[in-house]
Amino acid sequence: MKMINIKINDMPLQVMEGTTILEASKQVGLKIPTLCHMNLKDFGIVNQSASCRVCMVEVEGRPALAPSCSELCTEGMVIRTDNLRAISARRTAVELLLSNHPFDCLLCPKNLECDLQALAQDLGIRDIRYAGEKMNYQKDTSSYALVKDPNKCVMCRRCETMCNTVQTCGILSAVNRGFDVFVGPAFNLDMVDTSCTFCGQCVAVCPTAALTEVNNTDAVWEALNNPKKHVVVQVAPAVRVAIGELFNMDAGTITTGKLVSSLRSLHFDAIFDTDFGADLTIMEEASELIHRIQNGGTLPMLTSCCPAWVKFFEHQFPDMLDIPSTCKSPQIMMGAVIKTYYAEKMNLKPEDIVVVSVMPCLAKKAEAARPELTKDNNNNVDLVLTTRELGLMLKEAGINFAGLPDSDFDHLLGESTGASVIFGTTGGVIEAAVRTAYDWITGETLEKVDFQQLRGLEGIRSATVKVGDLNLRIGIAHGLGNARKLLEDIKAGISQFDAIEIMACPGGCIGGGGQPYHHGDMEIIKKRQAAIYAEDRGKVLRKSHDNPYIKQLYEEFLGTPNSHKAHDLLHTHYIPKEKI
Amino acid sequence: MPVKSLDELRKIREDQIKKVKLRETGESDDQTIEILVGMATCGIAAGSREVLNELITQISTKGIEHIKVVQVGCMGYCHSEPTVQVNMPGHEPTIYGNVDRNFVGEILDKHIQNGEILDDHVLIKTYHSAL
Amino acid sequence: MTTQRTHIMVCGGTGCVSAESLQIVELFKEKLSGVGYADEVAVIKTGCFGFCGQGPIVKIHPDNVFYVKVTLDDVEEIVNEHIIKGRTVGRLLYKEPETQKPLPKHDEMSFYKKQYRIALRNCGLINPEDINEYIAFGGYEALGKAVTEYTPERVIDIVKASGLRGRGGGGFPTGLKWELTRKPVADQKYVICNADEGDPGAFMDRSILEGDPHSVLEAMAIAGYAIGASEGIIYIRAEYPLAIKRLETAIGQAKEYGLLGKQIFGSSFNFDISIKLGAGAFVCGEETALIHSVEGNRGEPTKKPPYPSIEGYNGKPTNVNNVETFANVPPILIKGAEWFSSIGTEKSKGTKVFALAGKVNNVGLVEVPMGTTLREIIYDIGGGIIGGRAFKAVQTGGPSGGVITVADLDTPIDYESLKSIGSMMGSGGMIVMDEDDCMVNIAKFYLEFTQDESCGKCTPCRLGTKRMYEILDRITQGEGTMADIDKLRTLGKSIKDSALCGLGQTAPNPVLSTLEYFYDEYLAHIKEKRCPAGSCKALAKYKVIEEKCIGCTACARVCPVNCISGAPKQKHVIDEAACIACGACFTACKFQAILRP
Repeated sequence: MKMINIKINDMPLQVMEGTTILEASKQVGLKIPTLCHMNLKDFGIVNQSASCRVCMVEVEGRPALAPSCSELCTEGMVIRTDNLRAISARRTAVELLLSNHPFDCLLCPKNLECDLQALAQDLGIRDIRYAGEKMNYQKDTSSYALVKDPNKCVMCRRCETMCNTVQTCGILSAVNRGFDVFVGPAFNLDMVDTSCTFCGQCVAVCPTAALTEVNNTDAVWEALNNPKKHVVVQVAPAVRVAIGELFNMDAGTITTGKLVSSLRSLHFDAIFDTDFGADLTIMEEASELIHRIQNGGTLPMLTSCCPAWVKFFEHQFPDMLDIPSTCKSPQIMMGAVIKTYYAEKMNLKPEDIVVVSVMPCLAKKAEAARPELTKDNNNNVDLVLTTRELGLMLKEAGINFAGLPDSDFDHLLGESTGASVIFGTTGGVIEAAVRTAYDWITGETLEKVDFQQLRGLEGIRSATVKVGDLNLRIGIAHGLGNARKLLEDIKAGISQFDAIEIMACPGGCIGGGGQPYHHGDMEIIKKRQAAIYAEDRGKVLRKSHDNPYIKQLYEEFLGTPNSHKAHDLLHTHYIPKEKI
Repeated sequence: MPVKSLDELRKIREDQIKKVKLRETGESDDQTIEILVGMATCGIAAGSREVLNELITQISTKGIEHIKVVQVGCMGYCHSEPTVQVNMPGHEPTIYGNVDRNFVGEILDKHIQNGEILDDHVLIKTYHSAL
Repeated sequence: MTTQRTHIMVCGGTGCVSAESLQIVELFKEKLSGVGYADEVAVIKTGCFGFCGQGPIVKIHPDNVFYVKVTLDDVEEIVNEHIIKGRTVGRLLYKEPETQKPLPKHDEMSFYKKQYRIALRNCGLINPEDINEYIAFGGYEALGKAVTEYTPERVIDIVKASGLRGRGGGGFPTGLKWELTRKPVADQKYVICNADEGDPGAFMDRSILEGDPHSVLEAMAIAGYAIGASEGIIYIRAEYPLAIKRLETAIGQAKEYGLLGKQIFGSSFNFDISIKLGAGAFVCGEETALIHSVEGNRGEPTKKPPYPSIEGYNGKPTNVNNVETFANVPPILIKGAEWFSSIGTEKSKGTKVFALAGKVNNVGLVEVPMGTTLREIIYDIGGGIIGGRAFKAVQTGGPSGGVITVADLDTPIDYESLKSIGSMMGSGGMIVMDEDDCMVNIAKFYLEFTQDESCGKCTPCRLGTKRMYEILDRITQGEGTMADIDKLRTLGKSIKDSALCGLGQTAPNPVLSTLEYFYDEYLAHIKEKRCPAGSCKALAKYKVIEEKCIGCTACARVCPVNCISGAPKQKHVIDEAACIACGACFTACKFQAILRP
């Protein structure tokens, strides 16, 4: 790569060709403020609309200023970021945005997490010179998963990039023009009436509170304080490697023990591990896969634990609903088992149990409300909290998370294997399935349980795993745009896979829409992934079917995988939906 | 129909310009030869319309350039209709009287092309324009 | 007979069409048939003559008689008197405003004397719906020459040497743009004609497309040959149905003649043109927004670089030129670069078409050599201010331009000179204002337009122009403060510095320009709550209607601030500066002689 010479604020600098002014400025320790800019290069997610005009700098010889986030350095360029003209332009942009923004920061879900608020503070804005009319749109609270408040939108277009380019759902776009412009669905439909999958990636990247999750903490507090209710909590694998970030711990710190202790401090009646549900899912799903392989069933089989992914293929590929596994997701399986198996053992009525899941995910909120995920009209899972919401509850209760001792999940539905932990990362579900499928198909005991060829962060990966005489062809995708590519191959009849794992979020659940905000730093995702595999290695049992409590569950209650009871409680069907 | 060469285009142009030349020459500068045909009531009655049409036709077939034919009102020489005034650039106007269709060719060939004034038919050789 | 002896040209531009010129054409045909003259006399619907204030225009050839303001009722008289008897119909001739002298020939009119029609050369001369007439007057010769005798590089050299610059407002050297688009290697390139013409009051491009569509098609093909493109797209605003229809007809005819399509003039050059309609967005006149709109996406500009010549439509090298720019290309190739560069000034060659509008006597379309002064256009060509009122300012460049005052009227028109006095050439709109126009209101009008048309993508334009508009609105309502002037200036400069595209970058110009040259008017609005031009309704004062006043003094007696003067039985006058708009005089007057705002 060619090197070119530039000057920033009188400092000479050599940069590689193709470097933006923003990147160059970082090299000399300058921090030019940005807002709409988002460059998650490793994940192929780039939002470079250069529309907020907060990052303006002066380039010698040009009549107007240049946006540093997207302007490429050229040989001999002379840049000034620190003169009054540039500073004043940046400040004016933020002032204008503030002049069209609600001032309810104190009550806002993004209080202290808002990028616009941070800019106002960083630029020392104490007065809005240009006050005037503000937008006045209705909030969209139509769904179980997310809340859209157009009045807080700053037109950064990050959500549009995520939804259109990365997830290829195409729900969000700019509507109208000029002052009346806002980002929303076509015809300003309610989100619940569109093909939105509730993957929550828009929420994960929104700099303000224009897009946030539905907050269920009040409902959980109520349940916890209701003496008539037996409140059971389950926690997803991705939560334990991320929640520490909310309490100033480093990204990728494994906080499983503290997490359980914190839930105990909240006085949940039982604290179980969704990982147990993941082990259960493997029992059912591996059986299903083997059954299909050995009986000429529909192949490839697709995993179905990601509800955003499920909604995606219901809307986008409604004529291919026989391809995914019929297994419910781990959280739902747990809920079903809690309200039957556990309820029986505890002599409780299902309607007196409230199942709360702590998930890294927004789509899980919508999933819990799906009418077919019930038993006798009672939801398998009642309430879903995101990692962020649990963090809020713990802070509210004054719990010093970082200072808690470790403790263990409750017995019966609290033990899990390493295979279940890796559900939290892309490639994990299928690796867990392979570990079990290997033993079951070959009859041998697999020694090398780490399948490195299934790991990584590329959007689409593939590997062939030798299982005895069988060459199991595995495909993996994370991000719905990548998923679409694999599905189109299936549709065209050219798919080369036997089993495909799909996760809607970048990196898998660790990058879910409900996780602590990454503010554009994808290193955080990588660290979380490393932690997941570390926790897996730290477990004694690495394969789902080795879990003694799983064995007990089948012996005492379910019978065998895919038995009639198992089918009733742990399997589901899919519903074709319109693409809007 | 498709034009396959510049020559073919120019051929079409040559054909078409004849039809619309009168617009261009209508606006030209003083190098245009003007032929004014009296078309008042007496003129029309005497057949000036046919004279004018004959002039147009012959100019087209003979391919005479920089010339326009304009009908005008009564020139006053009602006794000698049809009257035709020839304005050659740089020359005094010449008015011919009792012009008929057969004489048109001579006006064009002898006067216009050769500059030869046909004295026999001249009404007025010089005068100040009354128009 | 093959040749007719008289052609009646009737203007068929949208302006005259709206005054029934198409019906005039039909009526002429009917009447001529009736008197048996249909074979000798042709009636031709033609393009815009430019003298729109005097339309509908009817021109008789070869007599070279120019009739103005022709109505359906006049048709019979023209046929009977002029066609049959050769007697010019005096009352339909244009009369010189000062002397009232009738002028039968258009080149005697001061409106036309200083014009030099290159882009508009065929408008008024040919029937735009007949390719044969275009060819008769030299059409497609340039394309033929380019494709059979010149290399693409030579074509580019000629256009470069001519000095032709973009006529859409940018003024970028056309030859250079073609060269930049020729350079990149790609499997497909595009030529796009920007016919979105969004400036309010501008209709230069419309008239060219309605009156001479083939000139644009020919030029696009020449551009395609020069840059190596085989596809052309005309992006035309949907609000121009007549121009669209004429383009469709022209494209069909050109295809029939093989002048568009495969192996043009027997060479290996292929070129096809399609039409894409706009959907009512001024911002789509900006080239990147235009390209996105053609792609079927939201018409929002994107950052440059990358420039369209490298990465344009569908990511391919694309050359976007304005209609008028294209209209100049065929004559340049025929008459030569030297001829073109001999017209105009040192840096601005050739001519420019202006849509002259506002308070001038002769409104319409004028084409003048660059270097003609504003004074010549407004007074010689435009015939001066209507009603003998005083000239106040002329606005060029539409919503992107600034105002020019009497002090700069002798500025020769040229890209650089207009910029140096705070305005710009723009696409050619020229609005003349007189003493009755309020400059604050004019600035507000333009800002209202840009605010409405902003795409909303970038902060400075979406919110900045909104705030500027709110400030101006307050000022015209009499609620402005001195601090507002500083805000307008600061915010205006900031928007110019930061906006993403030309719309935003130039939106503050009318405001900044009027602030510079008409600061007093702003002061009057703010400090005195008074609109000197009497145009801002909220600030309009009470006035005595002279004709009705009998001098009864009833109003003066009830005025609480004693601002009405006048002796008994004499016309009374209200001192507007002192008037507090209480309305007592209005109530007191028994003769309805007080005008209430």
